[in-house]
Amino acid sequence: MIEIHLILLFMIAAAVIAVEVKDLLSSIIAVGGVGIGLCMAFLVLKAPDLAIMQLVVEILSLIILIRATIRKDVPFSVSGRWVFNTTSTVIFLAVFLFAAYIALKTVHQFGSPEMRVLRTYLEEAFPLTGSLNIVEAIAINFRAIDTLGEATAIFAAVIGVLAIARKSARRKE
Amino acid sequence: MKRMGNTEDRGMTLIIKTVTRITLGFILLYGIYIAVSGHVEPGGGFAGGVIVALSLVHVMLAFGKEAALNRLHASGLRVILGLSTLVFLTIVVLGFRCRGLVSEIIIPICQAVITASALFAIFVALVLLSKKDRDAEEGK
Repeated sequence: MIEIHLILLFMIAAAVIAVEVKDLLSSIIAVGGVGIGLCMAFLVLKAPDLAIMQLVVEILSLIILIRATIRKDVPFSVSGRWVFNTTSTVIFLAVFLFAAYIALKTVHQFGSPEMRVLRTYLEEAFPLTGSLNIVEAIAINFRAIDTLGEATAIFAAVIGVLAIARKSARRKE
Repeated sequence: MKRMGNTEDRGMTLIIKTVTRITLGFILLYGIYIAVSGHVEPGGGFAGGVIVALSLVHVMLAFGKEAALNRLHASGLRVILGLSTLVFLTIVVLGFRCRGLVSEIIIPICQAVITASALFAIFVALVLLSKKDRDAEEGK
């Protein structure tokens, strides 16, 4: 498991660079580095479905971010209110670390209690659905209503964009 | 609708336009392949839909703004999007027990259509309808 730790270190370093660097384009490239690291982590953890999806989504979001921000210079102010900013950051960091400590104490080891539903999925997926890829079998056969919920959320996004971008709305004002 | 001094409307150079014309079909076909073959290989509806959206973004980057906006305003896109959502809803609510064609082919294609149109629409909203372009359109 040394690879996953190396990838995690790379991702943390890229995230710190993305936050700290001054140039906007360099920051976007560093965010892309974080995404590629996440994709490699999925590959190491033997989840190629998620790796494919993460890769294409990272490419698309990189194109969108570069195209949307390359001409602009976002103003970034560091002066003033630094006492409030620093104290709120420290407080929220402490709350986050405390909650993460409590949550991580109750988490089992990776894959250690093999649950009943999980065993049913593993045994019955191929005979019931005829699908070799168990991830897709679960996503679109056993949990089809869950997938319908995701598709509904995406459909709502399309409806919103079409309502904003229609010609009669853009002509006003 | 012509805008003066805005070089993005004309798209990129002739080489990129020609290569885009040739490769567009292959990228679309690969996206559909990823979506349809999700039940035997890694892949699935969402990943295939993102690849289809990438091909549309490819067209926009190569041919400029007007071609992409014409594609978004085409009524066929809305019909196909609404139709795929209705088919998906019908299959899930009625709860077909057929394995094979219904669950492995039709549902991933519906997912791919919804995802592709959503990502392309978000790209258009974030990039093309920015404030600078609207100001340029008003000032014309």
